[in-house]
Amino acid sequence: MQEIFNIFVKSIFIDNMIFAYFLGMCSYLAVSKTVNTSFGLGLAVVFVLGITVPVDYLLNKYILEAGALSWLGKDFAEVDLSFLSFIMFIAVIASMVQLVEMAVEKFAPALYSSLGIFLPLIAVNCAILGGSLFMQEREYETIAEATSFGVGSGVGFFLAIIGIAAIREKITYSNVPAPLRGLGITFIITGLMGIAFMSFMGIKL
Amino acid sequence: MSEAVKRKEPLFSPRNKKLIFNPLSKENPITVQVLGICSALAVTAKLEPAFVMSISVMAVLAAANVIISMLRNTIPSRIRIIVQLVIVAALVILVDQVLKAFAYDVSKQLSVFVGLIITNCILMGRLEAFAMGNKPWPAFLDGIGNAMGYAWILITIAFFRELFGSGTVWNYPVMENLGLYDLGYKNNGFMILPPMALIVVGIIIWIQRSRDKELVEEK
Repeated sequence: MQEIFNIFVKSIFIDNMIFAYFLGMCSYLAVSKTVNTSFGLGLAVVFVLGITVPVDYLLNKYILEAGALSWLGKDFAEVDLSFLSFIMFIAVIASMVQLVEMAVEKFAPALYSSLGIFLPLIAVNCAILGGSLFMQEREYETIAEATSFGVGSGVGFFLAIIGIAAIREKITYSNVPAPLRGLGITFIITGLMGIAFMSFMGIKL
Repeated sequence: MSEAVKRKEPLFSPRNKKLIFNPLSKENPITVQVLGICSALAVTAKLEPAFVMSISVMAVLAAANVIISMLRNTIPSRIRIIVQLVIVAALVILVDQVLKAFAYDVSKQLSVFVGLIITNCILMGRLEAFAMGNKPWPAFLDGIGNAMGYAWILITIAFFRELFGSGTVWNYPVMENLGLYDLGYKNNGFMILPPMALIVVGIIIWIQRSRDKELVEEK
């Protein structure tokens, strides 16, 4: 139980998707103009990461890993399909996003209208595929650990995008040098936020 | 027949040249179109991985652009994203296997970022915006051009980060050979850490936009 909690905290603060690995930067920069829209995108990312990471975990454990197919019989015990993981993960992500979109539309119309266009966009968000690939690389032991890693990374992304959106809303009133306006200053602010998040790096969990 | 030949564009017509050279400056994928930032920042602590990453992106982007542009009239528009993802993923698997076979150390350093070429926004962006509506040859040039635009930014960032962060250029100890360490010079370890990549990109954008006023954003 403690291990699961550690992974959760670690993936939010120490291994933050944006500040430590720059994953999902494209949508992070494009959708962070106002707090409202970035709230929607952040929620959608938490949601989708929380679902795709455990699904990809099962896929990796029972189909792709070296020796994962041993449940099929002795002949399959040696098979290593891990080179297929990119295409399998992206297929799972694209179809899960589609499924989640349909389910949310049916059962939670209010949430659907607030997530709106962001759900389909998420299929090509680097943070989602990155979550699955990191899960594979770090070899989490149980599905609970994988899930807490997925949700934690999502929450990290959520915090980062809300933070930058709030700062960008404020900064429209400041006198930024013209060539730096918009994109340039956003990069520099993200860098400064990253430095702030680095203070968590020394924490051992 | 002869008429058809006459009307055909030469291979490097002005329009085609633009496809290659515009992405280097005015339509740069990173600093202007804001595509493909994720990988651009993470692999630039040293020159070597940045260079390998650029070559990989170039190979995947050019090939994917050509394939999609050849298929553009047969792909149903409703499922085009999935078709594009599958084609790109197949190409990335090829690149990944080649890297593992011939440049294992670099492929370990790049870790998940080779796989993340699949969701690199440059790919989806160029496939959607260009390859779906153009013939294979211009699509190929567009792929090469955009990948070069991506590459030079990557290599510039990596050059500065490696020079000031580790005091080397392509693992060659420049600072040591210049004798700067004896004068009391110290490497700035901060340059290797992730946040500095963002700040270096910010500065590149600043320089580019102060030279080219058209790119300045409106308030």
